[in-house]
Amino acid sequence: MSLDIKKLRQDFPNLSINVRGKPLVYLDNAATTLKPRCVIDAMNAYYVTGVANVHRGVHYLSEQATAAFEFSRQVVRQFLHARRVEEIIFTKGATESINLLAQSYGRHFLKKGDEIIISYMEHHSNIVPWQMLCQQIGCVLKVIPINIQGEIIFEEYLKLLSDKTKIVSIVWVSNSLGTVNPVKAVIEAGHKQGAVVIIDASQAVTHMPIDVQELDCDFLVFSGHKAFGPTGVGVLYGKEKWLQAMPPYQGGGDMIKSVTFAETTYNVLPYKFEAGTPPIAEVIGLRSALEFFQTIGWEDMEEYKKELLDYGTKRLLSIDGVRIIGTAKDKTSIISFVVEGIHPHDLGTLVDQEGVAIRTGHHCTQPVMEFFKIPATARASMAFYNTKEELDILAKAIIRAKEIFNA
Amino acid sequence: MRDELYQQTILEHNRNPRNFKKLEGATHVAEGYNPLCGDHLWVYVKVNAGGIIEEAAFEGQGCAISKASASMMTASLKGKSVDQANELFEEFHKLVIGELKPDEHPNHLEKLAVFSGIWQYPARVKCASLGWHTMHGALQKEKSISTE
Repeated sequence: MSLDIKKLRQDFPNLSINVRGKPLVYLDNAATTLKPRCVIDAMNAYYVTGVANVHRGVHYLSEQATAAFEFSRQVVRQFLHARRVEEIIFTKGATESINLLAQSYGRHFLKKGDEIIISYMEHHSNIVPWQMLCQQIGCVLKVIPINIQGEIIFEEYLKLLSDKTKIVSIVWVSNSLGTVNPVKAVIEAGHKQGAVVIIDASQAVTHMPIDVQELDCDFLVFSGHKAFGPTGVGVLYGKEKWLQAMPPYQGGGDMIKSVTFAETTYNVLPYKFEAGTPPIAEVIGLRSALEFFQTIGWEDMEEYKKELLDYGTKRLLSIDGVRIIGTAKDKTSIISFVVEGIHPHDLGTLVDQEGVAIRTGHHCTQPVMEFFKIPATARASMAFYNTKEELDILAKAIIRAKEIFNA
Repeated sequence: MRDELYQQTILEHNRNPRNFKKLEGATHVAEGYNPLCGDHLWVYVKVNAGGIIEEAAFEGQGCAISKASASMMTASLKGKSVDQANELFEEFHKLVIGELKPDEHPNHLEKLAVFSGIWQYPARVKCASLGWHTMHGALQKEKSISTE
């Protein structure tokens, strides 16, 4: 194996900048990943020589743009191993994908008293849309508890399941803990009760190959920008039978077959769910991103990131007063931690002075923070372009912060 | 360089916050919360019949900047009139957003000028102002203040 990290890094122009006079150490990949040059070039090419709207014109540029746009959908289908291209809906991100499901699937298929199960470690984007639905139609939200390692307690999940359960919506990889959830088993158990299961793959998407048919999930969502693609584009995968039965989410252009003031008929899949001009450049950029990192090879990438995780964990734990939040057996390259005597926000500002970008805060998972009885954590999240040297720089920056704080 | 932000005064107030307690007999109380970072504090002010602040205190949790700022605030409020406190609030607000340069503009900030560099850290301005907004809210009798 072995990846040529030095060469791979050259594909990411953002890695070569200096921050506060020091080389950037970018360890905030769970928030958003940096973009390889091919993504930037693909989007640039659309804007420089290829601008047109899609699915509308008969002119050359429109046909070109439509072909590029639809080819991206093919690439996403292959990437997810979906059965049909009609099952791939472009949204503006994972958040919109989940809101779409809550409002279209949820409002159509659920009624008062029905139950929705999520887990304690969900991102706010997989909590709030369901709370809104519950307020709207009177369904009930149930939460799978977690243990002190930051893993879901599976037996408790089984206890929550009943014939009232209509939706299970769960994160595959926790953005604040790094935990990898046993989604296959979650899906199987949910199906036994007749529930549909939604997988939030926002973090998982760069960590492992995804096969929606093998998983047998009903829906799966992710955002492009966490997968080396641009912001403003995301994906909703759904089994065709559900997408067919669901009403449109938003009305507008592109999602209709014909409009009169008396009656409107809706377009076929996937367009039924893509009202308005889509993020064309972003969809084109997403294709480049997915193609790019698939060429690296999952196994090599995973092996290397595991090395980074182990090294980073050991390195941080060697510093007095560092405690790691999230110690699941199955974990990706995300390290959430707190330093005794230094608030995560002060730590974030101090390591930033060394050019190190980490995330500090609640990571949009306030229930997780409340569970661990901490206001916030610092989080280092690694991509394949990170190095052990960068983790050393982080460790030194933490030690320096401790000196300043006398902590 | 940055260590401007974490000056000794700030680090010291973070370690040993002044008036860090629930104030019995407070006439004005407010809760301040910054959901972004989880900073959460309560500010207590005791105003006498003559409109003078006899005592100010705070409790809660937060980063060094929010804690030191609230601590120094409570110390500087003591003995001031409500009008003076409101004036100081305005000055401090202008200070942390970089509109007031303590060396150039007349002000009553004194030691609080230690926060003059914070406008260069936009993400941290809210930390420094949380206690102040909460105090201001308390004097206006608002119940809960959020800086988000």
